[in-house]
Amino acid sequence: MAAAPQRTAEGALQIDTLRAPEGGAWVTTAREEALARLRAMGLPQRRDEYWKFTRPDSLTQAEAPRAALFEDAGEPEMFGEMDRLRLVFVDGVFDAEASDDPAMAGLRIERLADVSAQDIHWARDLYGTLEARGQVPVPRPLAALNTAIAEDGVLIHVTGSAGRPVNLVYHHRSETSDAALHHVIRLDAGAELTVLENGPAAARFNKVMEVDVGDGARFHHVRVQGRDHERRAATHIFARLGAESAFKSFTMTANGVMTRNECVIEMTGDDASAHVAGAAMGDGDFHQDDTVFITHDALRCESRQVFKKVLRNGATGVFQGKILVKAGAQKTDGYQISQSLLLDDDSQFLAKPELEIYADDVACSHGSTSGAIDEDALYYLRSRGVPKPIATDLLVLSFLAEAVEEIAEESLRDEITARLAAWLERRRG
Amino acid sequence: MLEIKNLHVDLEDGDKTILKGVDLTVEAGKVHAIMGPNGSGKSTLSYVLSGRDGYEVTGGSATLDGHDLLEMETEERAAAGLFLAFQYPVEIPGVGNMTFLRTALNAQRKARGQDEISAADFLKLVREKARALEIDADMLKRPVNVGFSGGEKKRNEILQMAILEPKMCILDETDSGLDVDAMKLVANGVNALRDAGRGFLVITHYQRLLDHIVPDVVHIMSEGRIIKTGGPELALEVEKNGYADLKAEVA
Repeated sequence: MAAAPQRTAEGALQIDTLRAPEGGAWVTTAREEALARLRAMGLPQRRDEYWKFTRPDSLTQAEAPRAALFEDAGEPEMFGEMDRLRLVFVDGVFDAEASDDPAMAGLRIERLADVSAQDIHWARDLYGTLEARGQVPVPRPLAALNTAIAEDGVLIHVTGSAGRPVNLVYHHRSETSDAALHHVIRLDAGAELTVLENGPAAARFNKVMEVDVGDGARFHHVRVQGRDHERRAATHIFARLGAESAFKSFTMTANGVMTRNECVIEMTGDDASAHVAGAAMGDGDFHQDDTVFITHDALRCESRQVFKKVLRNGATGVFQGKILVKAGAQKTDGYQISQSLLLDDDSQFLAKPELEIYADDVACSHGSTSGAIDEDALYYLRSRGVPKPIATDLLVLSFLAEAVEEIAEESLRDEITARLAAWLERRRG
Repeated sequence: MLEIKNLHVDLEDGDKTILKGVDLTVEAGKVHAIMGPNGSGKSTLSYVLSGRDGYEVTGGSATLDGHDLLEMETEERAAAGLFLAFQYPVEIPGVGNMTFLRTALNAQRKARGQDEISAADFLKLVREKARALEIDADMLKRPVNVGFSGGEKKRNEILQMAILEPKMCILDETDSGLDVDAMKLVANGVNALRDAGRGFLVITHYQRLLDHIVPDVVHIMSEGRIIKTGGPELALEVEKNGYADLKAEVA
């Protein structure tokens, strides 16, 4: 193997001397392989094409930058109205006492830290595997780093239809916490699961979620990132989709000075469907990056990317989205839209939509726009007596609606819409 | 009720003067019509009264019940009782028609110091008003004006008017793009709102709308001024002879 590239920036994590934590045979192997991958590719650099719009520095430096704790304003608990199974992590460490009993029909939930010492486990075939596959053709070093160093996370094996959603709840209690969590989810053929995620996780958060969606299985994911203004986070979802399976992921991002959300999906079975959507709202020093890579490698698969960002007071939004259609992936239906609503001249939206197609019988489209509030619509609403700030909020929500509509469950859609409205209302002044 | 005195208006971009001294008073309980050729300033007058951006008032005044309209924000004018039915109603994807109507009604009630209307009362109110305008539940559920035909958009304007119950209604070319049946429906909606406490200003190109909404007073506007005022017969005269004769007559 070639020597690691000499390109470590000052203050950056020293990956040459980094040691993987001790574990059982399988997890140790996976960690060491990940560490080797990481050393081969090096940490992300500013000059890397894939990091052109987002500075990786604060994500790769050795020490996590301090982040103030969020002060609870007494809002209702996220997803609080839903019957769900809560698994709580505090600064990246599972909190069994604060969590619900993980026993549920249709699935088995285990903690990575508990099973990594076992010699044999179903997760052995998956842990780091989908991440490794997702390193081609574009390297994702922070994900390899995660596989190498993460000591906690949840392993969910879904064998049937989960009776209620699994809610991963994150708490940030230390101003300097630097957390890595690695979740692995396997859905057997025909299984069904909804995963909800919310809460500030740590001062700096590196998270990987590997999802193996079996034939005919259905996976729903709704994530809320918010309540932590100084958040720095790099998250990755790696999913493999079997035949006739369905994958749906929606993320709401509010605030956060540095958030990079990558989603890497490989469609390996025919007639599968993958929808990835995001609604982001940022103010001031907000920087949020959605990077999506969907590979079609089977017949008649459908994929959809819908990303909307509302930016104000100099906030920055980034979208890098790719649809790769491999030779033979005929009848692919790929759609991608990324749009930003810039509420002032200081805010910016940087987008790089890409299509790469090697099959000749496909329907793929993509679009990206940046715009301001529609003055005609604003005037129309005001002419009916709606005050300007409320009219503006209505138009912002209407702009975000296409992304929120991607959430299948109506009650979740309503909850997200209410949170978006509350965020806007708090800024009305 | 509505009193416009010597109103002068320029376009904000460029030096073009649109209104060159408009004088007009609409009394409560009366329907006034403004007719005039394209580019005479009719629509500009309606936009300036409702507070649209892009115009600069260089002289004169406009008051509603003695309150200076030109000093108010657009939404304050609405809460004070001014309503403009748009020539081209705006489509707003993602905002449901019902949400829009309820938000508007409650905002106006709040601005006037009244309580918000209850959800049940609101539903009852909308159903009743919508029925008369043959607006079905589907139109109420859809996003504001999205996918509406020309006639549906105009009926939706009149529905808003019926629900908001303004004191002073301005209709800007509400007949444009309507077939005869749709025009009758719209006219019936307007006529149902006619009462002693409410004034109307109906802007139109053609006399045919005025067969259905019979005005008390007709004004002819040309080149930014009212050049002639008369009774309903003035509209018929325009229909017969066109505007050229009138312009020649006052010149």
